[in-house]
Amino acid sequence: MKFIDEYQDNKLVAGLAKRIARRSTKTIRLMEFCGGHTHAILRYGIRQLVPKTVEMRSGPGCPVCVTATADLDKAIALAHLPDVTLTTFGDMIRVPGSYSSLQRAKAEGADVRIVYSTIDAVEIAKANPEKSIIFIGIGFETTAPTIAASLLKAQREKIENFYVLSLSKLTPPVMKALLDSGEVGLDGIVCPGHVSVIIGSHPYEFIPRDYGVACVVSGFEPLDILLCIDRLVEQIEKSEPTVEIAYPRGVKPEGNEEARRLMAKVFEVGEANWRGIGIVPGSGLKIREEYERFDAGKAFSVSPRPPREPEGCRCGDVIRGAATPLECKLFRKVCTPETPVGPCMVSSEGACAAYYQYGATENLQGPEADMEQIHG
Amino acid sequence: MCLAVPVKVVSVDGDQAETEIAGVRRRVSIALTPEAKVGDYVLLHTGYAIGVVEEAEAQETLKLLEEIANLSEVY
Repeated sequence: MKFIDEYQDNKLVAGLAKRIARRSTKTIRLMEFCGGHTHAILRYGIRQLVPKTVEMRSGPGCPVCVTATADLDKAIALAHLPDVTLTTFGDMIRVPGSYSSLQRAKAEGADVRIVYSTIDAVEIAKANPEKSIIFIGIGFETTAPTIAASLLKAQREKIENFYVLSLSKLTPPVMKALLDSGEVGLDGIVCPGHVSVIIGSHPYEFIPRDYGVACVVSGFEPLDILLCIDRLVEQIEKSEPTVEIAYPRGVKPEGNEEARRLMAKVFEVGEANWRGIGIVPGSGLKIREEYERFDAGKAFSVSPRPPREPEGCRCGDVIRGAATPLECKLFRKVCTPETPVGPCMVSSEGACAAYYQYGATENLQGPEADMEQIHG
Repeated sequence: MCLAVPVKVVSVDGDQAETEIAGVRRRVSIALTPEAKVGDYVLLHTGYAIGVVEEAEAQETLKLLEEIANLSEVY
């Protein structure tokens, strides 16, 4: 397939891996923000291709994983309301909430449907005017404009039974929260490719400036990721952190202005509740007052019981990059894709699911003892 | 979830486009990429084209990667 196959070429991969190995002298830790990158890195064996001096950590870029248990409980409660059809992206349905899951709600008779796109949710609303169709609006900047566009389409077509539970989250503010906490020492960030298609590269500029951390936007094929690591290694070796785009066929520095215009028309910035991180100011998107009739959070009233986290689950630590899935006692023993305890094992972008699927073992991790010396 | 794949635009009808990838056709929204035209590749994410693939940049990156590979052989 064009723009995919050519970025998987073995000879080019070998050349790039050689150059990274030749350049890398400092022991460094990089975080791939995006769960799609985590999966690609493990799937293509990128960790075996880069020298031991380069440690890779997974970050919070998995929308299903970072959805707070309290928000999931709310979605489950909404699903149980009479005459409500809850529509959701597929991964959400199996995530255990505090007391139930969307899958269980469906088994108990709730109308829960998996959709590929918000467009499908709007179509369901059009075809079922007697029901209230609620879409669980999870995702980052990649997805938020699509939700905005669908909401505007519903308004144009006067569809009055379509609602969105807005759980959209923003990338740069949570990066800032992680860097401010200082919990995980980072030298560089593999910035998310498709989030950046929308926001561009400018919103990352505070990271090298204020935190001295290198930022390179990456695509998702093996050569894209290796090129990104190559740029990060070079910046860090030279002690010249900056923002670069290693995915220029997809990402422009200014991003997609039309997508951002629609996003800003429908949403305003507010706080968001992140699993494992908590409330981060300015990291979420709320539906603006003029579109509040689409806001499921305002149109429906539910009061789920106080949330509780699954015992022993370290999803929160994994999301912050403070632990790898291998450090969780439940991993592969109690928690498997068939019997997931936390969302990181359910989602196709979750770090635990990636480690499980591609059989990641200890020796794929960077040299931990050295890292402690460097990062204190 | 931030998955997006490059698909080729085969026809445009208002804010909708017919796209093709590996012989499979799909109707997508180009509401977010009004500049998309027939022959372009767009990044498809949850039913929406979120960006137009820059062909010249794609070639430039491949050229750079080939240069790196050739140089690596020398070492």
